[in-house]
Amino acid sequence: MQLRPRIIPTLLLSKNTLVKTINFKDPSYIGDPINTLRIFNELEADELILLDIRASIEGRVPNFDLLDKISKECFMPLAYGGGLKNIEEVRKIFKIGFEKIIINSSSYTNPSLIKQIAEEFGSQSLIIAIDYKKDFLRRNKTYYLSGTEKIGQDVLDWCLEMESLGAGEIMLTCIDAEGTWNGLPLDFISEIDNKINIPLIAHGGTAKAEDIEDLFSNSKVSAVALGNMVIYQKEGMGVLVNMPNREKIDKDYLKRLDSSA
Amino acid sequence: MNIAIIDYGMGNLGSIKNMLSYLGKESEITRNKDFILSADKIILPGVGSFDAAMTNLINLDLKSVLEEAVRHKKIHTLGICLGMQLLTRSSEEGNMDGLGFIPSTTRKFNFDQPDIKVPHMGWNYVDVKNTSNIARDLPDDSRFYFVHSYYVEVDSQENSLFKTNYSINFDSGIYKENIYGVQFHPEKSHKFGMKILSNFINI
Repeated sequence: MQLRPRIIPTLLLSKNTLVKTINFKDPSYIGDPINTLRIFNELEADELILLDIRASIEGRVPNFDLLDKISKECFMPLAYGGGLKNIEEVRKIFKIGFEKIIINSSSYTNPSLIKQIAEEFGSQSLIIAIDYKKDFLRRNKTYYLSGTEKIGQDVLDWCLEMESLGAGEIMLTCIDAEGTWNGLPLDFISEIDNKINIPLIAHGGTAKAEDIEDLFSNSKVSAVALGNMVIYQKEGMGVLVNMPNREKIDKDYLKRLDSSA
Repeated sequence: MNIAIIDYGMGNLGSIKNMLSYLGKESEITRNKDFILSADKIILPGVGSFDAAMTNLINLDLKSVLEEAVRHKKIHTLGICLGMQLLTRSSEEGNMDGLGFIPSTTRKFNFDQPDIKVPHMGWNYVDVKNTSNIARDLPDDSRFYFVHSYYVEVDSQENSLFKTNYSINFDSGIYKENIYGVQFHPEKSHKFGMKILSNFINI
């Protein structure tokens, strides 16, 4: 028996407000983080990811006060990423009551931090975010600093490297798909997932419940991270905080398990 | 009411305190002997490894304090996650003796199927074996957030409170007299976990 797949709202912070980007650019205002998170708490989301997309670029520390307020009201597993440079900042996030840390830029600039976090807090508390784009030869290469700078590792190599340093999960984001409503790059996600041993969170492009059903019925990916789908009513429409209906997603998933058993 | 959340340097204690505050109950994150011994309720949390946790409890002189509080003063005590595993005699994760408050042992998940990942991480269900205590009035289909690589096995079924299936059936909740343990994180399990914590503080 496997666990039901996780559906994880992923919210982007810019300073003190929530925004939503397209291809990591053009942030639009979504709303107040506390109010929005309160709604996801009421909707009993499986987990929640919060990313401060400006912290690393601005060389700023996380907004600890805001995270503290969130942790006092949200009773689900919470993950934070953005601007984390050293173990002291990481300790502070855990102390506030978050149980997962997401590292992107520092995984390239300070890989020893990965090992340090895994040793002190366990791999289960560490997600490595890998953002990628195709180069002119159509090869998927890594980017950092919220997608603004190319760092150029091969995605699979980097996943395996992070796994060996102690990462507990990989959050894989296709920069070209993020915020587009164009669907997940399913083949590539599945290819990576088959080659790593730790859970993969697929992020970027999911537009409708069928995309999630496809992901979970055609791959062993354990989680999907959602942006547009959970904060907008529909493509081209206004903000509406919502969660996709799980019933059919779970049913399809169980059907696949039965047929593969 | 005095609620002591034992601080022995393992894991995030803030989220338990946060949920208790939400329930209108103040609590202390503490390693103070007098506070613990005069508490109405004790919560033993924990994330990390078994031996590191036992070493910390011993070095901070908390092992003997807990023995007195739990065995002699009969203070209601709830172990969470690693805190539950510490209530057992021993763990396959380490070599040190556990607190041994509930006749049980902690074992390692060992699966042949590559599909069954360890840690067991995510939401899962429980089969309630006794609804008279902290499991009172749990909503149907209650689900809880789990993260663990080791699981507890009771010696005798009379000490099993919850069973959970993850390829095998294991004891996701245990109890004996004034002592309770849950493998999942009630403080991260929405209204379901809140019900467990609220039952515990109202025993």
